[in-house]
Amino acid sequence: MGEVASRTLLKKGAEASLFLADWHGRRVVIKARFPKKYRPVELDVKIRSYRTVHEPQLMHEAKKAGVPTPTIFLVDVKNAVIIMEFIEGKQIKQLLGNLSEKEREEVCVRIGELIGKLHMHGVIHGDLTTSNMILSSEGKIFFVDFGLGEKTMELEARGVDLHLMKRALQSTHYQFVEECFESVMKGYSAVLGAEETGKVLGKIREIERRGRYVAERREEA
Amino acid sequence: MKECAEMKRPAEAYCLGVESTADDFGVGISTLHGEILANVSNAYIPEEGGIHPREAARHHAEVADKVLDEALAEAGIKPRDLSIIAFSQGPGLGPCLRTGATVARALASYLDVPLVGVNHSVAHIEIGKLKTGARDPVTLYVSGGNTNVSAFDSGRYRVFGETLDIALGNCLDVFAREAGLRHQKGMPLGAALEQLAANGERLISLPYTVKGMDVSLSGLLTAATSLLHKGRCKLEDLCYSLQENAFSMVAEVTERALAHTEKEEVLLTGGVAANKRLQAMLKAIAEEHDARFSVVPREFATDNGAMIAWTGVLAYTHGAVTPIEESFVKLRWRLEKVDVSWVK
Repeated sequence: MGEVASRTLLKKGAEASLFLADWHGRRVVIKARFPKKYRPVELDVKIRSYRTVHEPQLMHEAKKAGVPTPTIFLVDVKNAVIIMEFIEGKQIKQLLGNLSEKEREEVCVRIGELIGKLHMHGVIHGDLTTSNMILSSEGKIFFVDFGLGEKTMELEARGVDLHLMKRALQSTHYQFVEECFESVMKGYSAVLGAEETGKVLGKIREIERRGRYVAERREEA
Repeated sequence: MKECAEMKRPAEAYCLGVESTADDFGVGISTLHGEILANVSNAYIPEEGGIHPREAARHHAEVADKVLDEALAEAGIKPRDLSIIAFSQGPGLGPCLRTGATVARALASYLDVPLVGVNHSVAHIEIGKLKTGARDPVTLYVSGGNTNVSAFDSGRYRVFGETLDIALGNCLDVFAREAGLRHQKGMPLGAALEQLAANGERLISLPYTVKGMDVSLSGLLTAATSLLHKGRCKLEDLCYSLQENAFSMVAEVTERALAHTEKEEVLLTGGVAANKRLQAMLKAIAEEHDARFSVVPREFATDNGAMIAWTGVLAYTHGAVTPIEESFVKLRWRLEKVDVSWVK
């Protein structure tokens, strides 16, 4: 990693810090998972190296499924560092509120299609929020941050993945949760078909009821 | 909060709050300025096992009289001096909530003063803010029945992360009981577990499950319990490993919410907030993000009447009143469903 010139902090996230850097003449993002002082070293190393190994694998799988993800250039497991392509664009999180109703629906349907493609290929993103989706300057939607993802075809995992998407909409875009999630599921259904989507929706309801203090639990149980 | 140390004026308005969502029956009294004049609690301690809702409710009904008297005596006021009655309307255990609600309704009708139903989770956040001076924090609320990370945005406390299954305090309590730890006077099960954990040396590998902003604790509990029954690990090491895993999970989620919302304060509240190790972890996270860390004082960490009284004041002074016919308890009243018009 010694060849890195000029790096600037893009975002200090909770899980990792992102730097924009010049690396062999390319604009790259360096994702560094620094040690967390608050947890025991053994646990810290386990979590950081696991995620550093799995994230690029899942991004690669996602790409095979037809979901745009940044290209990986280098993985340094020992230091828990990933170097990847820099995507010029805007986070969906910043965008969604400024769109017209129709545009918003379009974007959400597209997001749903992408999630559908991931799930069809057994990739669970693990942290579907609108801050982890970037609309690139060429108009493609990129998915990033696969650190909490996993590879599985299980209905349960798909349900949790979409439940998290819904929760993210509720906390960040509460003004239009219902319409957005409906559009997401419309896109999802276009890829996975009505039957699979029906099963996943049933699972999401089950997961919600399992949670604490959900008003619906009583009536439906 | 305000300096009202001189003689209490009879014109001062007092709010009495009744808390009874789970094993504690509590009565607190607050002035309109958030001066807590009384905070009396009486806990139901099961002979064995967890909280039996009906038994807990019976306990509450039995001690209600005594706790009310003590609180009024502590505050040095008479029932007639009360101007508002607040009660914990949910979420919680049905029979327990109903007992508290009955007491509150009776008081309000007898004294002919307004009744205010309060959300228990909101109350934990408000008492934390009152007692620590936090203004707009990311709050980690952890107790026997709740585990969530929230922050204020546009009129409500939005839930950013929560448990997908059991609550953190529940996870620790069940493990402690499985390990044969017993309730002792003045020492909750969690505290006994914390003591053992402090002597743990070896970190045993256990499930670590963070899904987005949510955590799942049931797998961790099952794994720890099954290792316990195999008998090959030292109990201290297991307690230590259970705590480290569980706390790291909620800490990670809190940090994610902090990074996401870019708030400048972190507040730790609820019964498990008394745990020193959890406090240390959250403090480290706050420092990492240049945020101010605060933890609710111990006597206001567990369920208490004072937090209900104070939240009742906030709600009432912002126009909220609960007519008796609408004062039914809400067992699953989510935090983010409450309009907190007093927060700006």
